[in-house]
Amino acid sequence: MSRYLFGRTIQTAITLALMSLVVFLLIGLMPGDPIDMMISGDPSMNSADAARLRAAYGLDKPLLERYAAWAFEAIQGNFGYSRSYGQPVLTVLWPRLLNTLLLAGIAFLIAVAIALPLGIWAAARPRSAADYAINLFCFAGISVPSFWLALLLIMLFSVTLGWLPAGGMADIRPGTPWMTGLQEQVRHLLLPVLTLTLVQLSSYTRFMRGAMIEVLRQDYIRTARAKGASERVVRWRHAFGNAFTPVLTILALSFGGLFSGALITETMFAWPGMGKAIYQAILENDYNLALIGLLIATAATIAGNLLADLAYAWVDPRVSLSAGTA
Amino acid sequence: MNMIHRLLLLFAALCALATPARAKDELVLAMTQMPGTWNPIISSMLAKSLISNMTSRPVTAYDASWKLVCLVCTELPTIENGKARVIDLPDGKKGMELDVELRDMRWGDGVPVSAKDVAFTLEVGKHPLSGVASSEGYKRIIKLDVKDDRRFTMTIDRVTFDYNSIGLQLLPAHVEKPIFDANPAEYRNKTAYDTQSTNPALAFGPYRLVEIVPGSRVALEPNQTWTGEKPHFKRIVIKIIENTAALEANLLSGSVDYVLGELGLSLDQAIAFEKRHGTKYNVVYKPALIWEHIDVNLDNKLLADRRVRQAMLLAIDRKAISEKLFDGKQPIAHGGISDLDPMFSPTARQYSYDPVAARKLLDEAGFATIRNNVRQNAAGDRLWIELGTTAGNRVRELVAQVIQSQLRQVGIDVRLKAEPPRIFFEAMNRRTYGGLGMYAWVQRPEGVPRSSLHSEEIPSAKNGWSGQNYPGYANPQMDKALDAAERELDFTKRRALFAEIQRLAADDLPSLPLFFRVDPFVIPKALKGVTPTGTLNSSTLWIEQWRWETQ
Repeated sequence: MSRYLFGRTIQTAITLALMSLVVFLLIGLMPGDPIDMMISGDPSMNSADAARLRAAYGLDKPLLERYAAWAFEAIQGNFGYSRSYGQPVLTVLWPRLLNTLLLAGIAFLIAVAIALPLGIWAAARPRSAADYAINLFCFAGISVPSFWLALLLIMLFSVTLGWLPAGGMADIRPGTPWMTGLQEQVRHLLLPVLTLTLVQLSSYTRFMRGAMIEVLRQDYIRTARAKGASERVVRWRHAFGNAFTPVLTILALSFGGLFSGALITETMFAWPGMGKAIYQAILENDYNLALIGLLIATAATIAGNLLADLAYAWVDPRVSLSAGTA
Repeated sequence: MNMIHRLLLLFAALCALATPARAKDELVLAMTQMPGTWNPIISSMLAKSLISNMTSRPVTAYDASWKLVCLVCTELPTIENGKARVIDLPDGKKGMELDVELRDMRWGDGVPVSAKDVAFTLEVGKHPLSGVASSEGYKRIIKLDVKDDRRFTMTIDRVTFDYNSIGLQLLPAHVEKPIFDANPAEYRNKTAYDTQSTNPALAFGPYRLVEIVPGSRVALEPNQTWTGEKPHFKRIVIKIIENTAALEANLLSGSVDYVLGELGLSLDQAIAFEKRHGTKYNVVYKPALIWEHIDVNLDNKLLADRRVRQAMLLAIDRKAISEKLFDGKQPIAHGGISDLDPMFSPTARQYSYDPVAARKLLDEAGFATIRNNVRQNAAGDRLWIELGTTAGNRVRELVAQVIQSQLRQVGIDVRLKAEPPRIFFEAMNRRTYGGLGMYAWVQRPEGVPRSSLHSEEIPSAKNGWSGQNYPGYANPQMDKALDAAERELDFTKRRALFAEIQRLAADDLPSLPLFFRVDPFVIPKALKGVTPTGTLNSSTLWIEQWRWETQ
C-alpha cells in the first residue's frame, strides 16, 4: 500500500510539472500580454512605457526562459506575485480556496447524502409514479441553467420574501456574538449552497439510479432473492457495492471541481471563490495567479482520482492496489 | 422522506431569522469589479479610483460641470492669476512654471500632507523600475522647487493648454519611501497599499479603509484627521457583485442601498428599472465622455476610399438605434468630441441618416453593380466587411446586428464577429482586424485626441504597439493641428484648432462616430448629495456630501 502511494505521489509530481509547463505555455500563447491590456486601458501610455514595463515584468524574454525562471523560483516555494493584486499568489488564493471549499464542499456533501439514497430508492421502483417524479426532478435540475436557478432563488427568497441576503459573504464585525455570526454566515450560504446542491443532486441521483438498476438485473441478485434475502439486504449488501463503483468515479472527478470552484454560482452570489479568481486571472493575463489556480485544481483532480482508486479497493475486494491493478 | 422534511424545516427556520436592520448612518454600495492593487499610481483602474477617491484626492480634478477645480491645492495656478508662467528652459525650448500651495490636510496618522509627498510621488512615477503604468505625466515635470512644507513650484517641459491639470495622486512619503528606497524594482509588490491596506496613514480623504474581503466587499469608516466637510456615514460598505442581474436583485432586495453609477447597471437595465421602480429611485442619465464608435481599418482596400466610409455612416440610422434601444437617452456622436465639451465645433460635417445619399456615394466610389443584394466594383470585388466587437456586451452586440441590417439595405454585406475583449483588442492593437471594430474610448474634457488621430500613434512593432490610432490614419494636416492644439494656451485659438481637428476627422472618417454613452445613476430618493460627473473624476470624489435625507 505504501509503495503504491509513493508511486502515485511521484506520478502526481511529474503530472503537475508537465501541467505547469503546458498551462504556462498556453497562457503565454494567448493573444495579448498584460502590458497590451494596460495600454488599451490607459491612452497616456507610450512606447517607452510599454518597453519599460515589459522589461520590469520580464515579459521581454522568450516564453520558455520565463517558464524556467518561474519553475526555479517555484521549486524554492516562491510562486510569485499576482500582477492584478500586487500580492503573493498564495495570499490571494488561500482565502478564496477556503471560501470555495466551504461553499462547494457543503453542497457536495448534501448532494451526495441525498442523491445516493434517492437514486437507490428510485431504482427499486422503476417506472413507478415515484420514479417518474424523481426523474422529472432530475431532468429539471440538469436542464435548468445554474445562473437562472440562482436568479429565481434570489428573486423569491431575497426580493419577494426578503428572508435571505441576495449574495455576498457575511459582514461579521468584531464583537459580534458567535451565535449571531454563525447565523449570518449560514444565511449567506443558504442560497448558493441550495443552487449548487440542486444542480449536483440531479446528476448524482441519475447516475446512482442507473447504476443500481443495472446491478439489480444481474443473476447474482436474483440468486440472493431466491435464497430468501430481504429486499433491504439485497439492495444494500449485495447490490450497492457494485453499483457504487462507477458512481464513485463520477464523484471523484467532481471532487477536483470543488477546488476550481463553481464559477457561475460564485458570480451570481458574489461569493469570492477559486472559480472567479481563475477566470478573472485568465481574462486579465495574470499569469502567476491563473497558473497556480489551475495547478491547484489539477492537483485536486489527481487527489480525487487517488481517493477513488483507494475507495475501489475498499468497496470491491477484487481490486488489489499492491498488484497495481487499481 | 423524514430527512427531507427535516431539511425543509431547517431551511424555513434559517430563513425566518430576521434580516438584521441596517443603521441609518451606514451606506451599502455595490459595483461590478474588485480593484486589484490599491496603490493609486501603479495602474489606472476605474474600480480602484471609485474607492480611493473616498480616501484620497488628486491635486486637481474636473467637477460635475467639467470645470477644473483644486482638491488638494488652495488655488488653481493660471496665467491670469500669475501663478503659471511661460519660461525659457536651459535647452532653449519653452516650458512652464506653476506655483502650487497645498491645503492643510493630514494623513490618517496625523502627519501633514506636504511637498515631500509630492516629491516622493514624482520620484516613484519617474523611476523606470517602479512599475507605474504611464510615466509621461511625471516625466513632464522636470523640476520641483520646494519652498516650504506646503508650497512648491513645478517646472514642466512644454507649453501646453492643460498645464494646470495636476492629476497627481499623492503617496505618503513617511510610509512608502522606506519601502521604495529598499528596492524600487520590488516596490509594486511591497507597497503598503497592498501589504497593510487598512493602515490609516494611507488616507487623507474623508474616509479610510477598515476592511477588505478580497472579491467580496470593502468597508470604510470616517478618517478622523480629515479637515474638510464632515462625512455623514459612520460606515460605508462596498459590495462587489459582478453580475448585473444579481446587482439589480440586490438593489431590489435592500441588500444594497445604491449601485455606483460609474460601474454598475447597464443603460437598458436602468431604463427598465426606472419604468418599474421609478417611484423609489431617482434615475439620472449623465452624459459621459465615453465615445462608442467604429474604427475603420484603412489598410482594407475596400475601405480606403473615404466615400465608402461616408456612405456607411450615412446608411446607419443612429437616431433610430438610440430611440429603439436606449429610449433616446444615448446622444448621437458627431465625432470624438462631445457637444457638451467647450471644444466642440458645430461647423464640422454632421451625418444624418440618408440612404439615398449613401447609395450615390457608393456608386461614385465604383461599387455600382449589385449582385445578390451586395455591391461590387468593376474588378468584381464584393463590398463585404467584417464588423468585430467585444463579446459579452449585450447592448453592443445588439447595435452591431442593427448596423449589419441597415448597411445591408444599401448593398454592404457585413459579417459580425464578436470576440472576447482581450482577443478583440489584440486584433485592434496589432491592426489585424478585418475592416471595422466597434468599441469605446474614454475622453476627458478639452482633451486633445492625439492618441487616436496622430500618425505617430499608429501601433507598430517599432513603437512597442503603443498608441491608439487603430485605423492607421495618417494626415499631415491633422498631425499639425493636433500638435498646435496641445501647445496653444489661448482658449479661442485652441478652439479654432479643435474645429480644424473635428473638420478633418468628420471628412476623412477614420472612425465612424455612433453615440456618447450615458452613465445611468439609480439613486434612492432618500440619498442626497450624489452628483454624477460623466468624467473619469468620479462622483465619489465628493463622498462627504452624500447623506440620507432623514439625517
